[in-house]
Amino acid sequence: MKIPTALQGLHDLSTAPEQQVPLTSRRQAFTDLTSLVGKLATIGLPLGAALAAPAGLRAQSGSVSVTDVLNFALTLEYLEAEFYEMGLSASGLLTGDVRTTIAQISKHETAHVAFLQAAISGAGGTPVTSPTFDFTAGGAFADVFSNPQTFLAVAQAFEDTGVRAYKGQAGNLLGAGDVLTAALQIHSVEARHASEVRRIRGSKGWITGSVNTSAPAASAVYAGEDNVTHLGVNATTVTTVTMDELTQAYDEPLTMSAVLDIAGLFIV
Amino acid sequence: MNYSFFKVKNDREVVRSRRVFLRKSGLGLAAAGLLIAGCADDDMTGLNGDDAVDLGSGDFGVLNYAYALEQLEAAFYAQVLQGSYYASANAEERQIMEDLEAHERAHREFFAAAIATVGTPIPALEVDFSSIDFGSRSSVLSTAQAFEDLGVSAYNGAGRLLQNADYLLVAGKIVSVEARHAAAIRSINAPSDPTAFASDMIIDANGLDLARTPAEVLSIASAFIATPINASNLPG
Repeated sequence: MKIPTALQGLHDLSTAPEQQVPLTSRRQAFTDLTSLVGKLATIGLPLGAALAAPAGLRAQSGSVSVTDVLNFALTLEYLEAEFYEMGLSASGLLTGDVRTTIAQISKHETAHVAFLQAAISGAGGTPVTSPTFDFTAGGAFADVFSNPQTFLAVAQAFEDTGVRAYKGQAGNLLGAGDVLTAALQIHSVEARHASEVRRIRGSKGWITGSVNTSAPAASAVYAGEDNVTHLGVNATTVTTVTMDELTQAYDEPLTMSAVLDIAGLFIV
Repeated sequence: MNYSFFKVKNDREVVRSRRVFLRKSGLGLAAAGLLIAGCADDDMTGLNGDDAVDLGSGDFGVLNYAYALEQLEAAFYAQVLQGSYYASANAEERQIMEDLEAHERAHREFFAAAIATVGTPIPALEVDFSSIDFGSRSSVLSTAQAFEDLGVSAYNGAGRLLQNADYLLVAGKIVSVEARHAAAIRSINAPSDPTAFASDMIIDANGLDLARTPAEVLSIASAFIATPINASNLPG
């Protein structure tokens, strides 16, 4: 049985003692697709049809309903909303201007949760319930709620992942009118968040190549961001800007499965 | 002498009033008294005349619309890099201006090439930046903020007009970078406001960014574009 096996793998990963889970293992876990099915079972998303397609085709498979996309988005918003609420509640973690910035982001993520729940219900669907989260990712980010630098590094990873997640689902909302517009309106807010968190941390607001400026374990968040081919045009052949600038100028999508693989590290 | 004097004075008045308006409204440059381009109303086609640049119809027209906006942004930052604000800016702000100039130039160059694979892209547009003081930090940053927020709202509003998922994806790849720009510009433009990057003046109570129709966007952008644009054939 695939699901119990995957669940067991995820369980082993999330319960392993911290000292036995070096960063390299965590990094591997970020790209370990075998845990996907377990996470989906945990999240309860009705994505059987999508999963049947090869990884690279899922976003374009056309077999994912609008409600499925919105529930996928809702799961990510649950993750972000709870993360920021916990951060703001953690004594002494966030102070001064950074606290004000995070409170603004938190307000948006909480609003996104309510908005998506209403949108899903309005479309005749049933909003998924929130997963149970472990923002230490099984101990990889043990001080996430006591060390502001760790908190902000994880925040950056969540925001940059969120941008890629919405982008990857746009095609599944083609022709969906108001729903597509709303998804795009959330997408650009996530990008604003990402830019601000990155800049607070001393990075540029935009992503250079596939360079991971978050925690070392977050390399999967940036995988493929160095793509330079768009609409079949190799942009390096038509531009006068440098390679770094060119890759900064485009954000890249992630498939639903790749996003859930990342988010799954924080789902118990 | 007198003529020159009055002309200069008049220009300053225009610059000052537009600057005040940008500062107060963020985005809402009044269309009244300015060249109105891209009105979706069919009645406007005649006003735009035969010399107006027609964006075209369908997805092709939407791509040309994006290309027009990228031309505007690229031209703006190119001029910023020639101005005295940039020359005297601190290292962080210089780097941001250099990056944004490169990104918008890359977008402009890409659209020209991508559109050329399916048709003839619109020509180079003539811009009008007479209202911008490129020696003034506040003028440059306020205009940059208005352009970036405008670009975000334009792509957000145009997505639903597209029929082709590949085009929608490209728009998505670009709009989030525009949003990253907008956040950075807003942040350095209001250093005392830690919420400026996604201010309540831009993001609504549902946590949604702005979305504008092409007619709304072009009525704002037309203050900075001398070439008449006919957007009446865009999907609506």
